[in-house]
Amino acid sequence: MKVTLKIRRFNPEKDEKPWWGEYEVEAEPTERLLDALNYVKWYVDGTLTYRRSCAHGVCGSDAMLINGRNALACKVLLKSVGNKVTVEPMRGLRVIKDLLVDLEPFFEKYKQVKPYLITHSLTPEKERMQSPKEREVFDDTTRCILCAACTTSCPSFWANPEYVGPAAIVNAHRFIFDSRDEGREERLEILNSSDGVWRCRTIFNCVDACPRGINVTRAIGEVKKALLFRKV
Amino acid sequence: MNGTGRPRPESGFELYAWLFMRVSGVVLLVMALAHLAIMHVVNNVEVIDYQFVVRRYLTPFWRTYDLVMLWLALIHGLNGVRTLVEDYVGAPGWRVAALASLYVIGFVFLALGSLVILTFRPVANP
Repeated sequence: MKVTLKIRRFNPEKDEKPWWGEYEVEAEPTERLLDALNYVKWYVDGTLTYRRSCAHGVCGSDAMLINGRNALACKVLLKSVGNKVTVEPMRGLRVIKDLLVDLEPFFEKYKQVKPYLITHSLTPEKERMQSPKEREVFDDTTRCILCAACTTSCPSFWANPEYVGPAAIVNAHRFIFDSRDEGREERLEILNSSDGVWRCRTIFNCVDACPRGINVTRAIGEVKKALLFRKV
Repeated sequence: MNGTGRPRPESGFELYAWLFMRVSGVVLLVMALAHLAIMHVVNNVEVIDYQFVVRRYLTPFWRTYDLVMLWLALIHGLNGVRTLVEDYVGAPGWRVAALASLYVIGFVFLALGSLVILTFRPVANP
């Protein structure tokens, strides 16, 4: 099939403002958008810039705005996007070049929620036991690959870049509801601010964007509930 | 945008504001719909006159009903607008001006409405 890629290009060293580049690519319907991008980069215009690493939906490098929705270019099949596909960088973050955005603020927010195991009690001799049932509680949020698709699809984040954003809350959720973790209170306190969970307006864009199918809004809701009932 | 440092710890105001929106929303769903039914389905604008109000306000029930609805609806609405301002008015000057006028409007209307509901006394021949 013939696919026309309409790509939002921007090189801050050369361009005054972003422009649209159109590229025709001959490809199999079962190929992925990333393959088409690679074709453009390797055979048409080597200056086209984007992140990609594992190319199999695991590393979370190639999240971008595809036909108006955030997705991983390596998980989107060409047959599912039609003959004309628009590709833009994720919104709400500074564009470094073309489809490459500055993820530093995103990871800054991630660090704010202390995404690591916090314990105060003595380290057990063998291992920290957890029943399958206890693990089930936060299973969904362990699957995050930090691709930033959710946070950069969130209108609350676009409106206010100080908002920690869905991805950070998902990763806080992963530890808040982990029976082995003892940093629950610290994390809840961090999220109990106007730039924490309360800036979530349950718009559900994050759920739509997540390439891992994490129910992000539900996780945020569970954190809100934990905040509400912990002092009761 | 600096993205550094952690979010400011706060008093939990946003938590209570969030809770208030949910609770008042549910209560208003019942109260406002009942209000609508009474004023526009059971009765209508032809029937509703000064005497109608006088009759209703003879009992403390309807005064309480209206007072609760006034407070819940007004604060619910104002808090919604406050949320919009917090989200979309970035310039500090405009933000302060918008929030200040919201609070003033809220205070004036709450005070006026409460005053009317609580001190209303029927006059013989209006």
